[in-house]
Amino acid sequence: MGFRYEFRLSGSGGQGLILAGKILAEAAAIYDGKNATQSQSYGPEARGGSSRSEVIVSDEEIDYPKAVNIDLLLCFTQEACDKYHEDVKETGILLVDKSYVTKIPEGKYKVYSVPITETAETKVGKALVANIVALGIITQVTGIISKGAVEAAILSRVPKGTEDLNLKAFNTGIEIAQQFK
Amino acid sequence: MVNRENAKLMTGNEACAEAALVAGMSFFAGYPITPSSEIAECLARRLPQEGGTFVQMEDELASMAAIIGASLAGVKSMTATSGPGFSLMQENIGYASMTEVPCVIVNVQRGGPSTGLPTLPSQADVMQARWGTHGDHPIIAVAPSTVRETYDWTIKAFNFSERFRVPVVVLLDEIIGHINEKIVFPKREEIEIVDRARTKQNPEDYKPYELTDSDIPLFADFGSGYRYHVTGLSHDETGFPTNDPKKVDLLHRRLNRKIDRYKSEIISYKTAFLEDADLCIVAFGSSARSAYRAVSRARTSGLKVGIFHIFVLWPFPYEELNKIARRIKKFIVPEMNLGQVAHEVACATKYEVTQVNRVDGGLITPDEILEAIKNVPV
Repeated sequence: MGFRYEFRLSGSGGQGLILAGKILAEAAAIYDGKNATQSQSYGPEARGGSSRSEVIVSDEEIDYPKAVNIDLLLCFTQEACDKYHEDVKETGILLVDKSYVTKIPEGKYKVYSVPITETAETKVGKALVANIVALGIITQVTGIISKGAVEAAILSRVPKGTEDLNLKAFNTGIEIAQQFK
Repeated sequence: MVNRENAKLMTGNEACAEAALVAGMSFFAGYPITPSSEIAECLARRLPQEGGTFVQMEDELASMAAIIGASLAGVKSMTATSGPGFSLMQENIGYASMTEVPCVIVNVQRGGPSTGLPTLPSQADVMQARWGTHGDHPIIAVAPSTVRETYDWTIKAFNFSERFRVPVVVLLDEIIGHINEKIVFPKREEIEIVDRARTKQNPEDYKPYELTDSDIPLFADFGSGYRYHVTGLSHDETGFPTNDPKKVDLLHRRLNRKIDRYKSEIISYKTAFLEDADLCIVAFGSSARSAYRAVSRARTSGLKVGIFHIFVLWPFPYEELNKIARRIKKFIVPEMNLGQVAHEVACATKYEVTQVNRVDGGLITPDEILEAIKNVPV
């Protein structure tokens, strides 16, 4: 079987995780020419409730579209982290927003704890773009999808007039991840 | 690298809406419901751009009635819904079957019964698609498993409905409706589009349900000058009600024969790894995706497993499965219900079928199917 990389972006409704997943999938599938799927799981609530967005990237056709052996898990709530950390591979990555996830469950995976929302608010100027800051970090630490592809996908998916703000958020995420050892 | 003009990341619901436009659909009436709402949302924007009509109706009963009316007037029409709405549409689906009005009903399945699990997938409307409305009646139901298949099968659904003058159900589920996936569009000139056969007779000689060699009556657009009576009552070739046993028998046998005699042109499935297999997985819709993964993993560990992937659920491929059962004796059916297709497979193959069922709102995993493969009694 070929190469398969699984992302799960988790948190609560309204944090932009489904959009972040769509951007990752579009970057991989359309701009990087690989195959990708993005699927989601959410509750019946209009906002709040748990939200989960999953992206599979592969060099072959993707049959089963759900993440079961996760390469990268992003958590924007403690609840999501407690619930999903066991699905991360030994060689996988756990990325959490420090502002929301204070107790990091033990595991063999690599952990990056970053004040993502706080950075979005103070360095980029809007807490709203925390999801895009996270995309920058993810792009840099995984190296699965090219930076240019993610940028192009961001530009195609974010509302008109917010392009600069979102690109700034993305680059801020990249810079943060470049500091990781 | 794929030409970006030709490739897009889109959901099954979006692909369904775009495909309907390509098929020539110009009238949509519906009532938004999760997980189908994006179809209505997309068409509310796209139909006016293409010169078509979008109507948000008061409920699903009216939605179904509206698309029948539009189609009778000569345009291709469709609606989209989920389980609770599909239940409300049943009476008028029977009306479309009886009056032979082409139309397409998309049901993006969610957990049921009743309002069930609005945001989670299910495949529990297979039997409702076949028998939801009362009486013996013809129906076609298709079940795509990817975004590209959703595009292709939505177009084929319109083609079937036009050609055979029957309602056609597109059975999606939440996974396929909401998954974002790369779709490489076929070239427009490679897409076959079928339009209903229309009468060339003089209006004064026209009988709306006159017998033809094909068993499919010739259509006249309602309101175009042809005398045309439409009723849900059993009718003769003039379209007016009758209780004459001979005429009633003729009508009902023809209505059902209309699909039966062409079923080899309608039935569609794909097989893989069946040549040397001693176990066959029969799957459809999103659980077919899990089945493919399970099969390729089983093959890696030396297990001789193949797959029979159904695209058209109704008419059901009984004879095709029966043929396979002459050589293979073990069958597994994974489905997100408690065994609706499994019973049909058992009926076709005459073998006991191992079921893998989930009704908790989760997609069946490849591991669950693999487990069943390993545990099938010899």
